[in-house]
Amino acid sequence: MMKFKLAPTERTDGNASHKWLLIALVRALAVILCVMTAVFFIIRIVPGDPAKMILGEYSTPEALESMHHALGLDLPLWDQFLRFMNTLFTQGDTGNSIITGTSARELIAQRAPITLLLILLACVLAIIIALLLATLAATHKDKLLDHLIRIIPAITLGMPIFWVGLLLILLFSVRLGWFPVGGAGEGWSGTLHSLALPAVTVAFSQIPTLVRSLRAQMLEVLESDFVVTLRAAGIPNRVILFKHVLRNSALPTLMLLGVNISYLIGGTLVVEQVYGIKGIGSLLFTSISKRDFPVIQGIALYCALSVVIISLVIEIISWWLDPRTKGKQ
Amino acid sequence: MNYIQLDPHLHEGGRTANRLKRIWNTPSLLVGSIMFAVLIILAVFIPYLSPYSPTEQNLSAFLQPPSAAHWLGTDQLGRDLFTRLIYAARTDLKIMVLAEIIPFCTGVFLGMLAGYYGKWLDAAISLLTDTFIAFPFYLIVIIVAFASGAGERGIYITFMLVGWIVFARVVRGLSASFRKQEWVASAQTLGLPGVRIILRHLLPNVLPQAVVVLMTDMVGLLVAIVTLGYLGIGITPPTPDWGTMISDGQPFITTAWWLSAVPGFAVVYTGIALSLVGDGLADIWRKK
Repeated sequence: MMKFKLAPTERTDGNASHKWLLIALVRALAVILCVMTAVFFIIRIVPGDPAKMILGEYSTPEALESMHHALGLDLPLWDQFLRFMNTLFTQGDTGNSIITGTSARELIAQRAPITLLLILLACVLAIIIALLLATLAATHKDKLLDHLIRIIPAITLGMPIFWVGLLLILLFSVRLGWFPVGGAGEGWSGTLHSLALPAVTVAFSQIPTLVRSLRAQMLEVLESDFVVTLRAAGIPNRVILFKHVLRNSALPTLMLLGVNISYLIGGTLVVEQVYGIKGIGSLLFTSISKRDFPVIQGIALYCALSVVIISLVIEIISWWLDPRTKGKQ
Repeated sequence: MNYIQLDPHLHEGGRTANRLKRIWNTPSLLVGSIMFAVLIILAVFIPYLSPYSPTEQNLSAFLQPPSAAHWLGTDQLGRDLFTRLIYAARTDLKIMVLAEIIPFCTGVFLGMLAGYYGKWLDAAISLLTDTFIAFPFYLIVIIVAFASGAGERGIYITFMLVGWIVFARVVRGLSASFRKQEWVASAQTLGLPGVRIILRHLLPNVLPQAVVVLMTDMVGLLVAIVTLGYLGIGITPPTPDWGTMISDGQPFITTAWWLSAVPGFAVVYTGIALSLVGDGLADIWRKK
């Protein structure tokens, strides 16, 4: 009976997992197309004339007309859309900066490394701190430490990220003098030194969500049959925790970060502003103050694309690594 | 032997006295409501409580530390910090509540439609939410707020565009699971029109969860309003707002750190109050 039953399920399982991969890819592709369309409409859905915003309230009709022409806004909408998509697909670009004339893609590429480094550092910090707190909470379930750690999300939920940054500057830079107040340092060690506080600030916004679900995840593993078996076999708690429980929690952490990557990028843009870091965030704000629409569109496009691609990659990695999720999705 | 699943909303057997007792037995709801009520009362009665104006400058008394006359000191233009803090609560809390109404209604409605009807409608709405979610929240908020002009109007437009997604996602999942239950099927066999099933049966069942989400979402919205103010594309001065107050105080962080710190604590206070209310409501509805 069992043998007859097992074989067909295995086969359908294999089919289902391939189907899942295909569906995930098609969905990501559809979202990418929608994202591109949204970037085109992003400055058109809101009321107001972009040309008027660039030239100011008291611009002459002639100047407005020539600005419309320069921006391509005098063309019919479908024509504008086709041109936009054409530059996007042939050059991966959203046009040239109105101010400097350089391509938006190039401007973004210049600023991207420091922002990416900041995000990466923040992710590493968030994972380490969240794993630590979650382990403490899960191993001290329903004791004082657990309750203290569980209060954190309720308190930090309402903390504006830029304000946390300011408090950290006040404490660690102004009072203690451990870190520079702002800007980016020279060389590798200088850069890391100056990015330490910003990274902590970005990580800070991610830790509560991570801790909350990691704690639940770990409790589930700690109470599962295989851990009970290991305990019964006399394996020390420490080994169980580091070798089995933590390893089983790594994947959910990764997946959760994938879900939150969008918030992480958004938070980074704001935090850059607090610490005066010359990354994508500061490019966004200078472009906004100079009404540089192609660059703003480019930033929106590349941020959204990275979110879609990163979440897809994480989804595929976890699907690949964890046999339990295969065919389930 | 209850073989038939009924619309869970129809047979909730709670009298008013029972409900009051339940609220009393849920400390988080009680504490959260009191914290929030204190803030609202202060905000409503501040013109009678404080002798100072929130906007009038008094350059002879600038950057004073906390004292009996000025409980939290004065800012760089000599304005009383406590008075400004509470007037800012008026601005920020009013916008927070008003900006949440339309996104909440659209989100719940679209979520029910997607969950109940499924198929292509669900696919279309899911694609829309996936697209919006791909854009980092603060990125889209900053761009839309800037493009629609600084000030209150920009904030309302921004959240009308992006605020509904959270509710749509939660309600969609709930509605999809309710759709498979028998009470929906029996309503359908009775020949009730879809609109009636959605409004009379689905809505009361998804609303509690949506309201719990609303509480946490309002905290996020408040933080976003404050962030926009800090970045200079939200509330425009001299209208008091916690965000602009924090950025105004930033140059004095070494000498008068409380100028930036105190408005932030006001945001955190409101956040804790609303989270507690949300947790409490979730507890009450779960127990039922």
